Amino acid sequence: MNKNIDTKKIIISNPLKLDCGKEISNFPIAYETYGELNREKSNAILVFHALTGDQYVSGKNPITNKDGWWSYVVGENKPIDTNKFFVICANVMGGCMGSYGPSTINESTGKQIGTDFPIITINDMVNAQYELIKYLEIEKLFAVVGGSMGGMQVLQFVANFPDKAKLAIPIACTSSHSAQNIAFNELGRQAIMADSKWENGFYSNYKLNPDKGLAVARMAAHITYLSEKGLQEKFGRKLQDRDSLRYGFEADFQIESYLRYQGSVFVDRFDANSYLYITRAMDYFDLSKQHKGNLSDAFKKTKTKFFVISFTSDWLYPTSENREIVMALNSIGADVGFVEIESDKGHDSFLLDVPSFLKTLGDYINSTYKVINERRI
Amino acid sequence: MKEEFNIISNLIEENTRVLDVGCGNGDLMKFLQQNKTKDIRGLEISKEKVQNCLSKGLTVIEGNAESDLKQFPKSSFDYVILSQTLQAFLNPELVINELLKVGKKVIITIPNFGYWRVRLQLLFKGTMPVTENLPHEWYNTPNLHMCTIKDFYNFCSSKNIKIFKSIALKKSRISEINKSNLNYKNLDSHLGIFLIES
Repeated sequence: MNKNIDTKKIIISNPLKLDCGKEISNFPIAYETYGELNREKSNAILVFHALTGDQYVSGKNPITNKDGWWSYVVGENKPIDTNKFFVICANVMGGCMGSYGPSTINESTGKQIGTDFPIITINDMVNAQYELIKYLEIEKLFAVVGGSMGGMQVLQFVANFPDKAKLAIPIACTSSHSAQNIAFNELGRQAIMADSKWENGFYSNYKLNPDKGLAVARMAAHITYLSEKGLQEKFGRKLQDRDSLRYGFEADFQIESYLRYQGSVFVDRFDANSYLYITRAMDYFDLSKQHKGNLSDAFKKTKTKFFVISFTSDWLYPTSENREIVMALNSIGADVGFVEIESDKGHDSFLLDVPSFLKTLGDYINSTYKVINERRI
Repeated sequence: MKEEFNIISNLIEENTRVLDVGCGNGDLMKFLQQNKTKDIRGLEISKEKVQNCLSKGLTVIEGNAESDLKQFPKSSFDYVILSQTLQAFLNPELVINELLKVGKKVIITIPNFGYWRVRLQLLFKGTMPVTENLPHEWYNTPNLHMCTIKDFYNFCSSKNIKIFKSIALKKSRISEINKSNLNYKNLDSHLGIFLIES
């Protein structure tokens, strides 16, 4: 949250025309890398983060002091082994971990940009990150990988840059946001905007923070990341630090206490305006509309190999929506593998310790890397 | 198994595009990848088997041949293979039609229910046959529509499906099936392998 974090950052000087029509230039993109780029520059993997993620994929996140958001997947001897691969992850445009976003300071006023920040899209995010790949002088990535909004960026990346990645792994995502997805995002945004401390987005000018609204947004969203079965098994009707009901509105139930906690830790690390902008970008995402209603056309020019993964208990981006991506790819004869992983951890499965997911992903990436290198594509 | 793989491999031209329907753990895919073509995909209904295949780096889609073959465009593969799975479908005729749509050529192998060992079990023991090739009991078999080499041969002629090649396998002995030896091959082979085209 713009705490003058000492992040790796590049300033992109090339003008970038945003989907909203505005043109930006000289804007920062913060990023982190793990592992070493090999001499042939053939081992680079670009990881895209989800709505509330950041560039700190693995190791300790210097801001939160917690493990990186994808520590189960990326790291030494992990499925994406940083002894072998060079992993890059950038904070998305609109984010609050050093990349150009609503909490960036406008140098002419010395104040945060707030809601003067332009509306951005998944397409804009991906185009900005491509500049980072150019800056790192990587001609062709071995893979682009991401879950949830990260998966949407994977799809958009391949559509925009059909010859820049050998392998694409979109996980638990969709090619267009559904009415239900938009509805939940709108709920979150309304919670933030209903907080009197939001001040139309200029809260930092008043040294305020709409943390109550942001916490509610996070709580609502968090429910959508879990499954009914998972919630029931973990919490059921268990009471929090008490033996009987209190007949009041305190957190009697463990699930209430858990959600309140999730909300409270979130506001310490995330900017409310970023939440508005990034959820908006997700809602606007419709890859098939970008291609006149034909999703297959998004991938017509690419030879990239795809591996689509969904989870049985994910009702936010259900298997049916992931399958639509597979079908669109199959209908143009693209090279696509697909599996639905059994898990009761809901949408969050891709972030958690789900052994069959981690094993399949790791084995697939490693054997594909071997095969592709043998063929010297 | 190995003989069947060899026969299938010999039916396939090099560097062609192949789909293995019901690819299981990907053994045939791996075999063909090493011997014939790199451009090979699989379709498999079991999650566990799909994960095994993907772990080996094989391009496999989790799905059901009865509903998921539709997503592939017409003639999108040079060969579509269905190895010893036809009998497990609810509607084999529909699957055969889908295979013929998706593939320019189709290779179907069938465990032969007309094999004398199978016939003898039913005749003398009076029980549903259990053999090396058909190891299940009647109450747990996935096989819903068993057929014989002759059944399949007749099916193709009645539906105007062209048989390019039909091969009978008994243990490791390979022979051609034709109209005149059909009754004998139907009695003396455990597996039939057909290369067909619509």
